[in-house]
Amino acid sequence: MRHLLATRDLSYDHALAILDTAQEMATVSDRSIKKLPTLRGQTVVNLFFEDSTRTRTSFEAAAKRLSADVLNFAVKTSSVSKGESLKDTVQTLEAIGGDAIVMRHWASGAAQQLANFGWSSSAVINAGDGTHEHPTQALLDAFTLRNRLYAQQGTGKDLNGLHVVIVGDILHSRVARSNVWLLHTLGARVTLSGPPTLMPVGVGTWPVEVNYNLDDVLAQRPDAIMMLRVQSERMSGGYFPSANEYTRGWGLTNDRYKTIENTSTIIMHPGPMNRGLEISAAAADSAQNTALEQVANGVSVRMAVLYLLLAGQLGQ
Amino acid sequence: MTLTYLITGGTTPDGLQTDVAIDTDGNIAHLGQGLPVEAQHTLDASGKIVLPGLVDLHTHLREPGNDDAETVETGTQAAAKGGFTAVHAMANSNPVADTAGVVEQVYRLGREAGWTDVYPVGAVTVGLAGQRLAEISAMHDSAAQVSMFSDDGMCVWDPVLMRRALEYVKSFDGFIAQHAQEPRLTEGAQMNESALSSELGLAGWPAVAEESIIARDVLLAQHVDSRVHICHVSTAGSVELIRWAKSQGIHVTAEVTPHHLLLTEDYVKTYDPVYKVNPPLRKDSDVLALRQGLADGTIDTVGTDHAPHTAESKQCEWFVAAMGMTGLETALPVIQHTMVETGLLDWHGVARVMSANPARIYRHEDQGQLSETGGLVEGAVANIAIYDPQHTFVVNPTEHASKSSNSPYNGMELSGQVTDVFYRGQRVVADAQLMTPYRHN
Repeated sequence: MRHLLATRDLSYDHALAILDTAQEMATVSDRSIKKLPTLRGQTVVNLFFEDSTRTRTSFEAAAKRLSADVLNFAVKTSSVSKGESLKDTVQTLEAIGGDAIVMRHWASGAAQQLANFGWSSSAVINAGDGTHEHPTQALLDAFTLRNRLYAQQGTGKDLNGLHVVIVGDILHSRVARSNVWLLHTLGARVTLSGPPTLMPVGVGTWPVEVNYNLDDVLAQRPDAIMMLRVQSERMSGGYFPSANEYTRGWGLTNDRYKTIENTSTIIMHPGPMNRGLEISAAAADSAQNTALEQVANGVSVRMAVLYLLLAGQLGQ
Repeated sequence: MTLTYLITGGTTPDGLQTDVAIDTDGNIAHLGQGLPVEAQHTLDASGKIVLPGLVDLHTHLREPGNDDAETVETGTQAAAKGGFTAVHAMANSNPVADTAGVVEQVYRLGREAGWTDVYPVGAVTVGLAGQRLAEISAMHDSAAQVSMFSDDGMCVWDPVLMRRALEYVKSFDGFIAQHAQEPRLTEGAQMNESALSSELGLAGWPAVAEESIIARDVLLAQHVDSRVHICHVSTAGSVELIRWAKSQGIHVTAEVTPHHLLLTEDYVKTYDPVYKVNPPLRKDSDVLALRQGLADGTIDTVGTDHAPHTAESKQCEWFVAAMGMTGLETALPVIQHTMVETGLLDWHGVARVMSANPARIYRHEDQGQLSETGGLVEGAVANIAIYDPQHTFVVNPTEHASKSSNSPYNGMELSGQVTDVFYRGQRVVADAQLMTPYRHN
């Protein structure tokens, strides 16, 4: 494995290797000196075509804890304002010198193009491409789930038998896609819930169950419920009549939260949360919410990915 | 009369070995086995198919305005090398071909180039904007004598405007070629809408967006008793709708592109924009239905939708890449592969769908001349393509005459080569190389 582009084609063995390595990396973050010399002299380029301070900071922290040099390169182009081509941007960065490119891009497939079209010799890590995939998010979610289940004894274990519910805008969510494939690979059972307008065409061919009734799904006592962020542009897009109606149907409201309060169901959110829309304050602030653990685990998982790709430990 | 060429030993689409003699007027003077005549040049076509010159109802020549992608000169060179003796240049140039001035310019450039006939297609609406009718009669009355009108690239989505256009062209037996794409259902669309588009995170282009417009337009054509031609049909459902419309006696004709007969949406998995095209590549079941529709006559003709684009408009993110692929120089080998080698069409069928039918749709009298039994026609204009179906090759777009290299068949092995083309009696292609163009008086 030279790149991390998607969880769709990530093998079980590679996925587990990343989680196990992340487990080791997590111990580094607990030390007073949070640094390993592993990637000293290597350069990680954070190439962001879309603003995402959280993801960029997480990758930056991960790279720095491995002693890599980090270059942050933000590009303000969009589908409407044509600027320098992706190819030219990347070749410019190549000339500056980088060993890995962590790329966030608004266009689906951009990371795959970068890895496969001969534009770059760097390792490519997809930090989110359009509405396609966000593999490190899914890996950190899986890592969080495994930690909650097995604490420090998780090494070598998958998510077999777990029931995970993903709620909300599946159609436009790269997080949902990456999670569906990875959770399936790791043996979990996945249920999708949300308004039918936000379910992808052909979801019947995915390895998931679809249940539009969130209350029914919660009554099944899933191990985890993952609340996706509702993007503001969906409100005006006519996907559902109003924010209130969305919340009534698919928000983790106080009433709904009470049905799972103090159970073993954990509440996940990729952040940032829209309190009062997809999640109530009570649910957001409860001990069942793993949002902050997810952030911390994100650094460990990204350290693992950088380490495995750059130190060449993932089956050359 | 003096004969310029005697083509011997080739097989015409009726399956008969037939010699063809061409006279100095550029007409077919004699046809027959072992013709006892002498000509200035003799050409041995043994083992080859002698077809009437191909006619493409759907070509983008890009001039005026986008001559870095193609010009009338290079586009018609590509056409000639592909065996075409007539192309119809779509109106989405810059400026748009929506006035007599622009269509006459394209027509004149075609005559000056002299590689094939060039028939400009007029825009239905001003600037392809779908707001008001372009000056259709002026374009028809111009030197270009336009009879075919299309906003190709854009759909004439307004039903009232479409009705008016269909009515308006009746005064000269013209027709409207519709790019069937409901615009609201395809906002931001990037590929066929399917489980795959969901997986790839690319906004989908549902079949219903094409089919709903076709359903509407065949009913409109019936209502006003006019002629509608459906461009680049791409779904199984569209084939069914057209089959039904024809069974009702509605004057609808339809075309399919070579790429929709061969390629599927699976190629989009690469995110290589060379596969980005409008309408999008669909599924296996659509490909099979399109082949069947072409074989049984539901679909009348093959239109290449040759859409050259510069490298920079394809070497970019899928989302911003231009839509379209080149096709003139690979059309016949792709049809051989998809229709002949599968047993769906014989060479008579190929001559029908690639030459006689498109000529009939446009009412050309000096193109696509084919007898009932699939023979060439004595006295017809000598528009002829000689084709060697045995020749195998690997597609290499850099060798194409087209200015652009966005061929989806790059690296694919195909069979068949157009070895010689006679355009109005002039040998414009010899041994698969461009020769000397025809000089119009």
